Amino acid sequence: MSRSKSALRPRYLKLHALLVYAFLFAPIIVLVVFSFNEARSGTTFTKFSTKWYDDLIHNEDALRAFRTTLKVAIVATLVATLLGTLAAFALTRFQFRGRSAYSTLVFISLVIPEVVLGIALLAFFVQFAHMKLGLRTVILSHITFCIAFVVVVVKARLSSFDNRLVEAAADLGATPVQSFLRVVLPLAAPGIAAGAMLAFMISLDDVVITFFTAGPGANTLPLYIFGQLRVGVSPRINALSSFVLAFSLIALGIGAAFSARAAKRGRGGIDATALG
Amino acid sequence: MSRTLADAPPAPEPVEEPPRARRTLPEWLKANLLLLPTAVWFLALLVIPMLIVIQYSLARRGIIKPVRFSWSNLQWHNYQDALGSRFLRIFLRSIYYSAATTIACVALGFPLAYWIARFTGRLRNIFLVLVIIPFLTSYLIRMYAWQFILQRDGLLNDTLGALHLGNHHVFLNTSFAVILGLTYGFLPFMVLPLYASIERMDPSLVEASYDLGHGKVSTFFRVIVPTVAPGLVAGTLLVFIPATGDFVTPELLGGVKTQMFGNTIQDQFGSGQNWPLGSAMAVVLMAFILIGVYVYLRRVGEDAL
Repeated sequence: MSRSKSALRPRYLKLHALLVYAFLFAPIIVLVVFSFNEARSGTTFTKFSTKWYDDLIHNEDALRAFRTTLKVAIVATLVATLLGTLAAFALTRFQFRGRSAYSTLVFISLVIPEVVLGIALLAFFVQFAHMKLGLRTVILSHITFCIAFVVVVVKARLSSFDNRLVEAAADLGATPVQSFLRVVLPLAAPGIAAGAMLAFMISLDDVVITFFTAGPGANTLPLYIFGQLRVGVSPRINALSSFVLAFSLIALGIGAAFSARAAKRGRGGIDATALG
Repeated sequence: MSRTLADAPPAPEPVEEPPRARRTLPEWLKANLLLLPTAVWFLALLVIPMLIVIQYSLARRGIIKPVRFSWSNLQWHNYQDALGSRFLRIFLRSIYYSAATTIACVALGFPLAYWIARFTGRLRNIFLVLVIIPFLTSYLIRMYAWQFILQRDGLLNDTLGALHLGNHHVFLNTSFAVILGLTYGFLPFMVLPLYASIERMDPSLVEASYDLGHGKVSTFFRVIVPTVAPGLVAGTLLVFIPATGDFVTPELLGGVKTQMFGNTIQDQFGSGQNWPLGSAMAVVLMAFILIGVYVYLRRVGEDAL
């Protein structure tokens, strides 16, 4: 026993883990630290300063891009969560012909390289649908790549779902609609919340597909940063990046709290059914 | 179909029927109704766009419109160009970078996942969340962080200079920088599925292997690796596929000599203005990925996904 233990859990694993975590976090920490550096260039930390943040607050372009990003992410998340959840329900709760065809579509939208989807949507919007590139095309594109993530997450949650709960609800006289709203939905809620959160984060970050499908007036924040980065490194971008990092972490925290609450309610649902 | 649709509203029923019989919509119809919005969406914004790309890959460059397509004059030479010596080199380079990235992710991620799996409860969740947090922050910004560190008078050169190892190293625009960036970007994709399968592993299997006289190495390859194979498969797919098509990392950390296939596709739709050639490249990339996924899953079994 002790021999297998030492072989299974050697001490160097701890050191390795420590180094990997350092590798994961050091660049982000460096980035944030240097956003408070007064010097315009170079990597010597001269003096603590918040001037790049003052600069950021007065940067109309960046603020407008941030608002655009939020608009896109919120609409895309709502639509993708609705469509993805319906699809996930269908794929897990029913056996029917053509199921694998649907699964294949979801799979393809997951593995398609972003560049390929980007140019395909560009060609579709411009040449086929004769739409002008802008906010509308960006939102449509974001919904397209968000759906599959929602489907996968909600499906994972529903696949551990105990169908006997629905049968029990029906035996107790619940109509299908009632049992859906009061049994199935509360149980799936954590999965739906997690799927929505993932969709929101992915939409918030996307640069490649937006790059191809955005026209004038649809400059999202990642696109704005990407444009600035091609020019070169500057502390201004460090401040902007730190702001984006802070924003996603806060959004993440709110999402996690919400999903923890949903999980609690979901469990409450099981208990109530079991008792009833 | 019309009959079932007509039956859909709860029809007045004989009193002796149990209430469940009111559910008249057949399963397949309910499923298809639920799937209809997503199916229509994917048809319009995934399937049709892909078909357009395939069509464009056989068209000619236009003067007023970007492409001129005619059924009687299919331009197969676009594929010859897409896989001609110049672009083939870039294509192979993309595969080489992605393979190196995948290997680096396994080397870094496997021991980490193994280490996390030894913990229980709260601590384990904290360590997992620490892996996920960087992944949920912007990919673009994480690549910028490396650009900041690797630049000519950046932090890495400063540190090396302080250690008297020279401070004029060139890191940006090298294969090293691109592979490093890709590894950094996709590492969580490897750790999470690996962790999921290691967590399911029964430690008594390892003990049994020792009791039957196998050594550490033999136990590792004959017991541990086969048990975590599903996670390894999922992780490899999740890292290799997006790495092959990535164009942000080579754009920010690489240069002309480290271009990947994604960059050349983007070029054709941007400054290059050769949509048919770019479309042919996109079809090649997509086909490569789909065939790769198919072969890989065949080899290791479809349950792995």
